[in-house]
Amino acid sequence: MTNGWTDIRNADVILAMGGNPAENHPVGFRFVMEAKRNRNARLIAVDPRFTRTAAVADYFVQIRAGTDIAFLAGLIHYAFTHNRVHEAYVRAYTNASFLVRQDYAFNEEEGIFSGWDQEKGSYDKASWNYEFDAQGFATVDPSLGHPRCVFQLMKGFYSRYTPEMVSETCGCRVEDFLKAAEIITSTYTPDRAGTILYALGWTHHSHSVQLIHAAAMLQLLLGNIGCAGGGVNALRGHANIQGGTDCGMAYHNLPGYIPIPKANHQSSGQFLEAVTPRPLRPNSMNFWGNTDRFFISQMKAYYGEAASRENDFGYHFHPKLPQTPAGDYENWSWAYIFDHMYQGRMEGLLSFGMNPVANGPHSKKVINALATLKWLVVTECFEQETSTFWKREILELIQKRPEEVQTEVFLLPAANFAEKDGTFVNSARWIQWKWKAVDPPGEARSDQEIISRLFLKIRELYEKDGGRFPDPILHLNWWYTNPFDPSLEEVLKEINGWALKDVRDERDPQRMALRAGQLLSNFLDAQADGSTLSGNWLYIGMYTEAGNLTQRRSTADPSGLGRYSEWAFNWPANRRILYNRCSADDQGRPWDPSRPVIRWDGGKWVGDVPDYGSDSAPEAGLGAFLMIPEGGARLFVPGQFVDGPFSEHYEPAESPVLNPLHSRHSSNPAIAHFKTEWDVLGRAEEFPIVCTTYRLTEHFHYWTKNNAYNMQLQPEFFVEIPEDLAKEKGIEKGDRVRVSSARGSIEGKALVTKRLQPMNVAGKKVYQIGFPIHWGFLGRGQQKGSLANLVTPTIVDPNSFAPEYKGFLVKLEKA
Amino acid sequence: MAGGTLELRRISASKSPAPGIRQMPTVTKYIDTTTCIGCKACEVACQEWNDLPAETTVQIGTYQTLPDMTANFWNLIRFAEYENGGLHWLMRKDQCMHCEDPGCLKACPAPSAIVQYMNGIVDFQQDHCIGCGYCITGCPFNIPKFHNKTKKVYKCTLCVDRVAVGLEPACIKACPTGCLQFGTKSQMVQLAHHRVEQLKNQGYSQATVYDPPGVGGTNVITVLAYGDRPDAYGLPRNPTIPLAVRLWKDVLQWLGNLSIVGGLIIAALHYLRFGPKAVKEEAQAAESGDEI
Repeated sequence: MTNGWTDIRNADVILAMGGNPAENHPVGFRFVMEAKRNRNARLIAVDPRFTRTAAVADYFVQIRAGTDIAFLAGLIHYAFTHNRVHEAYVRAYTNASFLVRQDYAFNEEEGIFSGWDQEKGSYDKASWNYEFDAQGFATVDPSLGHPRCVFQLMKGFYSRYTPEMVSETCGCRVEDFLKAAEIITSTYTPDRAGTILYALGWTHHSHSVQLIHAAAMLQLLLGNIGCAGGGVNALRGHANIQGGTDCGMAYHNLPGYIPIPKANHQSSGQFLEAVTPRPLRPNSMNFWGNTDRFFISQMKAYYGEAASRENDFGYHFHPKLPQTPAGDYENWSWAYIFDHMYQGRMEGLLSFGMNPVANGPHSKKVINALATLKWLVVTECFEQETSTFWKREILELIQKRPEEVQTEVFLLPAANFAEKDGTFVNSARWIQWKWKAVDPPGEARSDQEIISRLFLKIRELYEKDGGRFPDPILHLNWWYTNPFDPSLEEVLKEINGWALKDVRDERDPQRMALRAGQLLSNFLDAQADGSTLSGNWLYIGMYTEAGNLTQRRSTADPSGLGRYSEWAFNWPANRRILYNRCSADDQGRPWDPSRPVIRWDGGKWVGDVPDYGSDSAPEAGLGAFLMIPEGGARLFVPGQFVDGPFSEHYEPAESPVLNPLHSRHSSNPAIAHFKTEWDVLGRAEEFPIVCTTYRLTEHFHYWTKNNAYNMQLQPEFFVEIPEDLAKEKGIEKGDRVRVSSARGSIEGKALVTKRLQPMNVAGKKVYQIGFPIHWGFLGRGQQKGSLANLVTPTIVDPNSFAPEYKGFLVKLEKA
Repeated sequence: MAGGTLELRRISASKSPAPGIRQMPTVTKYIDTTTCIGCKACEVACQEWNDLPAETTVQIGTYQTLPDMTANFWNLIRFAEYENGGLHWLMRKDQCMHCEDPGCLKACPAPSAIVQYMNGIVDFQQDHCIGCGYCITGCPFNIPKFHNKTKKVYKCTLCVDRVAVGLEPACIKACPTGCLQFGTKSQMVQLAHHRVEQLKNQGYSQATVYDPPGVGGTNVITVLAYGDRPDAYGLPRNPTIPLAVRLWKDVLQWLGNLSIVGGLIIAALHYLRFGPKAVKEEAQAAESGDEI
């Protein structure tokens, strides 16, 4: 979230799209209800289904799954054509004024951007960039009138998304779109704020990153980023998924969103040169210019004493992303892991708190992949489908027998979240300490103890027997008081970091900035010379000499706007609203004096922790987006994404229709398809129905099927079917039905509903159905084989590599 | 059970006045269906607080947990798809309405099996319940549920044990959206009317507070966006205590009283005629007639 849960109460308009917060975030949803009750806020729900959120919305628009970009693009077009753009904001805080290279183009007929290489199936992104002056800075036209400035290019680009085009693509009625557009874009005035709440309904597409890009563009045009009650707010799906992302769980990042070193980066210098951006405007702070401080401090956290200037701070110990023979970097994101595994490139898998057979995509491919492993370790608090994939009933799905599978499987009982201390980082970026409530049952151990014992055993073996490359293991900084079960307070301290020796003030060498041993409290306390240690620069400030701030629980709110700045610790720097410089005008006066986030008091910024130089006067004109080398937000994205600098509507990989805008490149051309026999797509002739998968409020993922109380609330796997379709197929509520895709099929009870209406898409009647994910083979009320991911495709977004769980094709029949 | 006798306002099947003398404001549960998301946290909170076992359920073509409440399940969100110019997915938390004039209590023939506290809570005292099921007939909302094993009847207690120690009912505590609130009747009625005004301003012209006068008002009040169609939410339009119960309790009781008076007159005549001894017998006969 750019803002936070408690800030939603400040919104005038709430767009819930690509998410069903009432269903999946019922507790945070209270702030939506507060906005409705206390501010008369309007809630708009846009979704393929009439959801629990739609049930309490002021306005609902049903769209076809996978067409959200077209809808958002229509809103962008509407804002331009109805003069609903907060122009002063856009001029000051975005790259609208930047001039784009002459060779950048978009071919509207073909649906591709300049630089497309048909043979490679990918883009050369060179033309997606600015024009630079002699000093290497991007050129701008503050009047926004230049035909090649981002503002004009964007206006032209989105002019195709008329209400009629939105209707034809999304399947909603023109008047419904217009009514929603009128409400949503009403927040372009300085005194109104609108927020967007989204979740996996946006990220589970083959164009998911561009979808969120479109949302960001819309919010920037309306002047809603950085303001109280505004923002683009990702509602995370698990208690600590934000923490996982922050701390380097994704294969391509180190903790703190530092890109992972690549095999061809021979030294830390080369690596840092490659990943550190240079400022693109004279006034940009370009905070990533400090990457060296963050990276070297992280190396010190990993390798301690063993990381010295002499050995390049242990850079050679650190794993690096290998290159493929073609010179690309290997991809080890989720779906790729199982593709590598299927192709026999892996020997073993440690699976902590994950259930790949159920998580998918395409459970059959996953089961086949697991069967190639020599060993599999599953650490979980319940026995689950992955640790039992070798059993007859699951192997039957891929026509194998247990005796044909040689994988040795270990199931380690783990403590669950309430049975151990630690922190959760919520969607609002609050790092919150939690205290153990009960002891884990039986032999269950905390994850950190399991990992530590594994590590210590492995280190012992390396010490004894040597190995091909023992250094990273032997030199790992394992300093904890109890090495077998490190205290998470100690780990938290290490993530925050401390000075390893005295550090003198850079501006005034007479002054001591940090004493040896002192905990870091500011980002720039981290040093690039090895004199500090910090596991994740982003979390600096959470554990300082003032104590463990993640344990703070003050409900004091002097702002009156729900900032609660002494509740836990909010990364970065305890800032509650990101990009909050944009909440004030060029003079530092809040756009909306009734909802001030920060303001310039003549000498410093007051209010929330400023996302800005704390004493940088507005006249100095520092760019408002400190992390972006341009200093302004990117409407046009130069080269960061593989599929275009603007968001274009592409159909899902499986679609009932060809893209009404450009049929030749109907779906995202930058998708990289997997090539095994399992990676198949269905055609609309055979599989005419659009299908989505989702979660229910009554369940948590694949856990709560073990709990009698959750199970009674939603006891069985079911398929939601529109009334008309049910009538066509002779299906009545409670009947057993089969849903099949090109990958597999799944059976369950029919839930016939008015909440899914047939749609008219590009002149064709299209039905959508859907089902929840929470069942499988184990747990209470066993319903063998109701794994939602038996039918989902292995298509992933080319930027984020998230699978396309929403909007694939199926057929439906009575079982 | 938690309230002492000083807090009793009415007692089933009792001719003597209830002994409650403690002054207490009437408590009320507020349900705003327009901000309820049907998350069912209240359903489970109710079961957990009251130590009720989980039910075995089946998918019945709806998101609703059970077709109706059971002796182990006192709080049920009712889901309904309702078309009225557009589609609405109505969700209403259903449970005992804690009527001001409780039909169950009126119907109950077992002394003290149903009581009404000074604060308005209607509570079943299962140790006095004789399992006759008359309360089920007496309830215009079809709330009390018979337990096949214990042969007693159960329903929402409005967490009388929590309320007695100054806590809100468990369902209120668990509600994430704030659509459930708890306070005095006047506070909750005020809140409800405020919300209804807001809804009317937003175009819900039929918005209303469901607090039916036919049962003397209820201590569970419900904000409905489509107040002209309470039936769409599974609520009766004009709930009243069934005629049979009223006949039995009011008319028959009146007849009974008449017979008492008649008995007294006869007794007086008898006394005048025969002396004191037989008066007691007559009066007893008249009273016992009321207890059939």
